[in-house]
Amino acid sequence: MKRLLLGDEAIALGAIHAGLSGVYAYPGTPSTEITEFIQADPLARQRGIHSRWCSNEKTAMEAALGMSYAGKRALVCMKHVGMNVCADAFVNSAITGVHGGLVVLAADDPSMHSSQNEQDSRFYAKFAMVPAMEPSSQQEAYDMMAAAFELSETLREPVVMRVVTRLAHSRAAVEITEPMDEKPLDVCTERWVLLPGIARKRYASLIEKQPLMEQAAAQSPYNRRETCAAGSKLGIVACGIAYNYVKEAIGEGGNILKVSQYPLPADEIRRLADENDAILVAEDGQPVVEEQIRGILGAGYPLKGRLTGDLPRTGELTPDNVAQALGVSTAPAFPSAQHVAARPPQLCQGCGHRDVYTALNQVLSAYPDYRIFGDIGCYTLGALPPFKALASCVDMGASITMAKGAADAGLFPSVAVIGDSTFTHSGMTGLLDAVNDKSNITVVISDNLTTGMTGGQDSAGTHKLEAICLGLGVEPEHVRTVVPLPKNMPEITRILKEEIDYPGVSVIIPRRECIQTAARHAREARKQKEENK
Amino acid sequence: MKKDIILCGVGGQGILSIATVIGEAATRNGLCLKQAEVHGMSQRGGDVQSHLRLSTDEIWSDLIPHASADLVISMEPMESLRYLAWLSANGTVVTSSKPFVNIPDYPAAELLQGELAALPSVVSMDIEQIARDLSSPRSANMVLLGMAAPYIGILQIEQLRDAIITVFSRKGQAVVDANLKAFDAGVAAASKK
Repeated sequence: MKRLLLGDEAIALGAIHAGLSGVYAYPGTPSTEITEFIQADPLARQRGIHSRWCSNEKTAMEAALGMSYAGKRALVCMKHVGMNVCADAFVNSAITGVHGGLVVLAADDPSMHSSQNEQDSRFYAKFAMVPAMEPSSQQEAYDMMAAAFELSETLREPVVMRVVTRLAHSRAAVEITEPMDEKPLDVCTERWVLLPGIARKRYASLIEKQPLMEQAAAQSPYNRRETCAAGSKLGIVACGIAYNYVKEAIGEGGNILKVSQYPLPADEIRRLADENDAILVAEDGQPVVEEQIRGILGAGYPLKGRLTGDLPRTGELTPDNVAQALGVSTAPAFPSAQHVAARPPQLCQGCGHRDVYTALNQVLSAYPDYRIFGDIGCYTLGALPPFKALASCVDMGASITMAKGAADAGLFPSVAVIGDSTFTHSGMTGLLDAVNDKSNITVVISDNLTTGMTGGQDSAGTHKLEAICLGLGVEPEHVRTVVPLPKNMPEITRILKEEIDYPGVSVIIPRRECIQTAARHAREARKQKEENK
Repeated sequence: MKKDIILCGVGGQGILSIATVIGEAATRNGLCLKQAEVHGMSQRGGDVQSHLRLSTDEIWSDLIPHASADLVISMEPMESLRYLAWLSANGTVVTSSKPFVNIPDYPAAELLQGELAALPSVVSMDIEQIARDLSSPRSANMVLLGMAAPYIGILQIEQLRDAIITVFSRKGQAVVDANLKAFDAGVAAASKK
């Protein structure tokens, strides 16, 4: 049977059919649809597969490692920068090793369609010294999940699955196979206690497994050679979806080494080099493979790629820039239009974040110098006109801690704006630091009762924010809640002014449901009412 | 045989529903398909596009190469012009004529009309007006699909109608009928041109 699936959905269904028992994730473009698919899938629901959202990628990674310890197959999903959040747990899971299969899915975002950098998760796999898989198509994404779980269990190590936006968010028909059963509970009898003496032994064991990982990659059906009989003496290393762009450009010809499983098959690279006069490395993301091949072949071999400028150093691959590197590009048939203006995304009309920024700008303009430190979510768009409110947006939670550091240095007023979901993801610990230091900051937790930016997923702290702030030690009289609506502007601005002028930590929680989820809930309620008639 | 289509508009205008209908028709009729979408940040009132590729043979790239789109189907006139690099020399632009102005520097309508008029093959109509005349303003995207249907070629108009029935059936018969009526009006409007 065939099904039309997004790359993300193919990963999700592949995991379910590979006997998955739990997915652990925090929403992040372009990975969100994997967990959403599992939450809605009938078989996953029937089996009771864990799929509730986690507070952040680190809690997700650790919970998945726990499920693996208990012998079951677990999947962790995140966008690429989520790997930074879970890096401690991830890197050390390679030292403990795994019991039930553990797949760590990282969805990279070259060209930064919805992200703050282009980091390449294949570096993380190499850093932790574990295998990585990189599907070139939706079908491979589906098929590879079972292969990745098996590889993880054979090697007793986590396996990284790396996709990029253009696969995660592209649809194609996928041939579906029979679902496997879940693994039974089989709690590990080893102790994963990484005290130095034990960790040294485990690290040595990880090093010993490296040849097995190389062997697995060399024999993988996802790594293969295609040889053309005559003509070109250019070898092409095509990683992940770069393979598609190469095939689009040159069709059936070409001396191609398709790479979809790492570590790199070094012997195949040497053979490709011997049989050709030069090699082009086509890889989406950063020049991970190009740098390694430079090491394998030495500086003398003519190697082309992102580092040599044959492909662009930044941004995603496209069929056009790959075709150009292969010397077969087609120029546009029409000149670019003269009258096309940029249309950046913006906060929805009627969104509560708008009222928050209106109030903040109004109150703060009365002070000679001030900064608002922003965070990650829809409300980052408050950096753009008409608000132009933000001084920074760096990583999840940095609003509170940067405001604290700047206040420590003497900035006043120093204000943080953070969303509810981002606050429980990574803001709480920073708030505790500020409380302990009695920092003079004002924290605005703009609470829309959801994870809005990624499409309205459940937010871990809903209905708990005041209790969390009080528990962390914010003084009760300086935890204030308002409803961000234009009609409440006098009250909001008065409270903001009072709390900014209070020399210590204050938290203001403007709370109003995201208008997108509110509309969805209204639709669902209407439907329910009609069905009940 | 293959058809490469760029679908575009502003986040929230319903281009993904058009893609879903074409995708359903293509899969049902045994065509190969790849469809790259944009999710996430730019959906919030920003420009959005989808690369939709249909073929009787295997398709490699999820993205359409420059100068090879047979069709640009756009919910918005300025957005239709954003993708000219992808339009093939004998490609067609099917677009709504009604500007969606949510930016301060939106160009004058005559300038956009002038640029569109310079292209060899353009179908431009006020799809929102057509949808309003049918008393189903939310079906403007199906009017646009109807206008584009004769140019899709690799799928017959009846096959697209069947796909609309399948895609919207879970929303009830009234929604199916409204979308079919909008689609038919689009087909009729394009043939009168």
